[in-house]
Amino acid sequence: MKEKLVVIGNGMAGMRTVEEILKHDAERFDITVFGAEPRENYNRIMLSPVLSGEKSYEDIIINTREWYIENDITLFAGDPVTVIDRDAKTVTSARGETFAYDKLLLATGSDPFIIPVPGTDLEGVVTFRDLDDVNRMLDAAKKGRNAVVIGGGLLGLEAAVGLKANGMDVTVVHLMDTLMERQLDEAAGYLLASELKNRGLDVRTKANTKAILGSEKVTGLELDDGTVIDADLVVMAVGIKPNVTLARQAELDIARGVLVDDQMQTSDSDIFAVGECVEHRGATYGLVAPLYEMGKVLAEHLVGGNGVAYQGSVTSTKLKVTGVDVFSAGDFSGGEGADDIVFRDASRGVYKRIVVRDNKIEGAVLYGDAKDGAWYFQLMKDDTDISELRDTIVFGQAYAGGVQADPSAAVAALADDAEICGCNGISKGDIVTAITENGLSTLEEVKAHTKASASCGGCSGLVEQVLALTLGDEYEVQTVKPMCGCTSHSHDDVRRLIVAKDMKSIPEVLQELEWSTPDGCPSCRPALNYYLLCAHPGEYVDDSQSRFINERAHANIQKDGTFSVVPRMWGGMTSADELRAIADVVDKYDIPAVKVTGGQRLDLFGVEKKDLPGVWADLNAAGMVSGHAYGKSLRTVKTCAGSQWCRFGTQDAIEMGIALEQMAWGSWTPHKFKMAVSGCPRNCAEATIKDFGVVAVDSGYELHVGGNGGIEVRVTDYLCTVETEEEVLEYCGAYMQLYREEGRYLERTAPWVERVGLDHIKAHVVEDAEKRAGLYKRFIASQEALQEDPWAERARGGKDKHEFTPLKVVA
Amino acid sequence: MWMEIGTINDIPKLGARVVESAAGDIAVFRTADDEIFALYDRCPHKGGALSQGIVHGKAVACPLHNWNIDLNTGDVLGPDNGCARTVAVSLNGDVIRLQMPDVKTQDFKAQDLKATGTNG
Ligand SMILES: Cc1cc2nc3c(=O)[nH]c(=O)nc-3n(C[C@H](O)[C@H](O)[C@H](O)COP(=O)(O)OP(=O)(O)OC[C@H]3O[C@@H](n4cnc5c(N)ncnc54)[C@H](O)[C@@H]3O)c2cc1C
Ligand code: SF4
Ligand code: SF4
Ligand code: FES
Repeated sequence: MKEKLVVIGNGMAGMRTVEEILKHDAERFDITVFGAEPRENYNRIMLSPVLSGEKSYEDIIINTREWYIENDITLFAGDPVTVIDRDAKTVTSARGETFAYDKLLLATGSDPFIIPVPGTDLEGVVTFRDLDDVNRMLDAAKKGRNAVVIGGGLLGLEAAVGLKANGMDVTVVHLMDTLMERQLDEAAGYLLASELKNRGLDVRTKANTKAILGSEKVTGLELDDGTVIDADLVVMAVGIKPNVTLARQAELDIARGVLVDDQMQTSDSDIFAVGECVEHRGATYGLVAPLYEMGKVLAEHLVGGNGVAYQGSVTSTKLKVTGVDVFSAGDFSGGEGADDIVFRDASRGVYKRIVVRDNKIEGAVLYGDAKDGAWYFQLMKDDTDISELRDTIVFGQAYAGGVQADPSAAVAALADDAEICGCNGISKGDIVTAITENGLSTLEEVKAHTKASASCGGCSGLVEQVLALTLGDEYEVQTVKPMCGCTSHSHDDVRRLIVAKDMKSIPEVLQELEWSTPDGCPSCRPALNYYLLCAHPGEYVDDSQSRFINERAHANIQKDGTFSVVPRMWGGMTSADELRAIADVVDKYDIPAVKVTGGQRLDLFGVEKKDLPGVWADLNAAGMVSGHAYGKSLRTVKTCAGSQWCRFGTQDAIEMGIALEQMAWGSWTPHKFKMAVSGCPRNCAEATIKDFGVVAVDSGYELHVGGNGGIEVRVTDYLCTVETEEEVLEYCGAYMQLYREEGRYLERTAPWVERVGLDHIKAHVVEDAEKRAGLYKRFIASQEALQEDPWAERARGGKDKHEFTPLKVVA
Repeated sequence: MWMEIGTINDIPKLGARVVESAAGDIAVFRTADDEIFALYDRCPHKGGALSQGIVHGKAVACPLHNWNIDLNTGDVLGPDNGCARTVAVSLNGDVIRLQMPDVKTQDFKAQDLKATGTNG
């Protein structure tokens, strides 16, 4: 029989220990986990970006439910342990499950500290510890305006910035003189406070809370100088205390935390403890790196490792606020015998301070430029003698010993045991070995194999450098490929940030995300214009100077500088009146060529730019509108004869096509979007090489997605079959919206479908009626703003007149 | 010969307009910080109309194959080679003046320019 291991606490330390045990010997224990939270194990430190909207909960799950099943672990989520019976060696949960253990692991984390003032139990007073807290805050942000965060430490500031990103007016109330006083010195604390004030946060230091006001719901906060601040939400983030409730009940030895020895053993030799709930050699911890070290030691000890011992940890901190670079480590109180090396660059807002004693680094505070944090931290942990580096040390590793600045040279110069990922304690050597032994080639793979950059993600840049150095030319930066030369952000990051920070214009994005060019370039500006348009339908004012000429002039430029004009013909149908009007326009404007296109339209070639408004006016008069043959937008819906005429037809393909086109025309998409409807599986409309294809069958309509003609032909994937015309419209709208929201600019549906996978699309469009309805609703809402004929606006409305007339004609 | 051709407000920021002249079309550009530049409206690659491109920084991307042209010097930026002809500009208050080329002394024929087919 296997030994029974029971784990109390489904959090970061407990589950890391379990992972380490599985790595050593997956067969050793029969494992049962109790967690008070009703969910799988997730990355608690990433709750801050979930609050700010930069990540979703799904992004931060560490071990899925499937993982527990695959590893044969029984999980009781949402069922806390209430009693430990040490004599019987059993635990009992709130729901009454009693389980025997051979070995017991306590990993109950810590509880937020609640300051002893009146009003802490009012509705609207929350802490910041788990996903429920985040949801409470997000909820409050929807309803109320004013938030007060008590506590200007790491947690409080991340909460404050997150709430601000959700549109609240936020005040931070901090007891001490400077923010994050335990991690930062006064100068850095000051810089941080001014940066946060610039971002619109109200920061009050030396502010002592006297009472939280309100009768049932919180209404405000009173300071002891009598000031009252309005509040619909109060977040208490003043610190944590180890959660020792169970340990106390079980009568284990406790001080501030559960006392453990170097093998993480408590006063009961069968009970161990790791994480924030423990006290080891007089220290308690509130960061993940030490907890992971504890987990590693304990796992080795439990599977029979001899002589392993946890020695305590030195820690470093980074604030996870986008655009604010702060790092601190060690002791920077200075004092006798300590030397300060300080560097300031006011215009860039950079401050660095290295505290040196006996030629060794004792502490470091970096503000504004923290990329050398890992290097200083390593020198500090290794007790390296820095007398040789002393003159240039403050400029960072790239300059160490006078070498030129080259980031990859700096990484190349790192020793194999240099730590790259601080959260998980992964060294450069570990990463290089993983890459060469397993043939890894992407950041994602390195993450999966080594966990480097899997926690806070701050080291992903360094990991990429290691990849590049190890693989040489073979390495192509994949996951974080920047949008263009103006930025280091990827398309996906930029989109997320636009929504998360509620950015409303291109200049705002360039400013906030620190673009390296004054007004972008021809590849990022059109992309940003599209992302903003998609994020704020009806509100964002399209920037025509950020559109390629075809979309700016609403016609296709040809090689001789003339334009071609394609009027819309719904579903490929036309009439004698339309054809007559087209013929008249051709004569009137001397248009040299008329051609039938691949999408069942007529293309008028060789129109002079200044004639465009006149041509459009005449076509409008006959009821025709823009065919958007020039746009990253819905192009055409091609149809076959269908049951109206064809002897094989099962459904009315023409009517279906017209309905689709009337729903979708005018929409802007990441790249062009084409559709087709065939009336039977003979598929005369070639629906299976379209972005969205419909093939009618006796029982209804088969829907197909992600096809492409063009350079790289791709046959569609079959999505599903639906019965009615209304369903075709809803599924199509939902699918287009998913593509609009997720596709990268200039990415056709074919590569998009391959990138995200058909299952992902099915999960949103087919399997979940609620998600489908939501997508469809957003599509229709955005269509309301977009279905305006751009030709009519310019022909009669005189919009963008400067576009179509010369500035001056000089005879 | 210097000639007044319009005011800065006639051209959108990060945009361009065309002056049609006997010596061919001239593209007049306005940058984000209101500097004005002028080039013959003809890309050194295959004659694309530079006035139709996207203006960024002090450069314009040709609409046909995306070559980038320095507005100040007319030089092609980046890996490709070539040079678009510049036209001298003066900005006095709001008023833009161009030094109009004298057709007779041009070293290219007006017919050449026509082949580019640039339009207003
Ligand atoms: C918003 C936020 C941001 C953070 N940012 C960082 C950061 O940038 N860097 C960093 O290093 N650290 C950060 N931290 C700290 C880090 O998350 C913690 O140090 C870490 O999660 C502690 O791990 P743990 O396993 O000890 O506790 P937890 O992860 O809290 O896990 C304990 C679990 O035990 C459960 N539990 C408690 N009692 C019982 C019971 N009786 N029965 C069953 N289950 C029980 C709890 O519900 C909880 O799920 C952050 C924390 C927060 C909240
Ligand atoms: S696809 Fe079928 S219904 Fe349509 S034209 Fe061809 S044979 Fe007829
Ligand atoms: S196939 Fe090539 S040549 Fe023909 S229209 Fe398309 S891009 Fe032009
Ligand atoms: S004609 Fe200008 S880039 Fe080709």
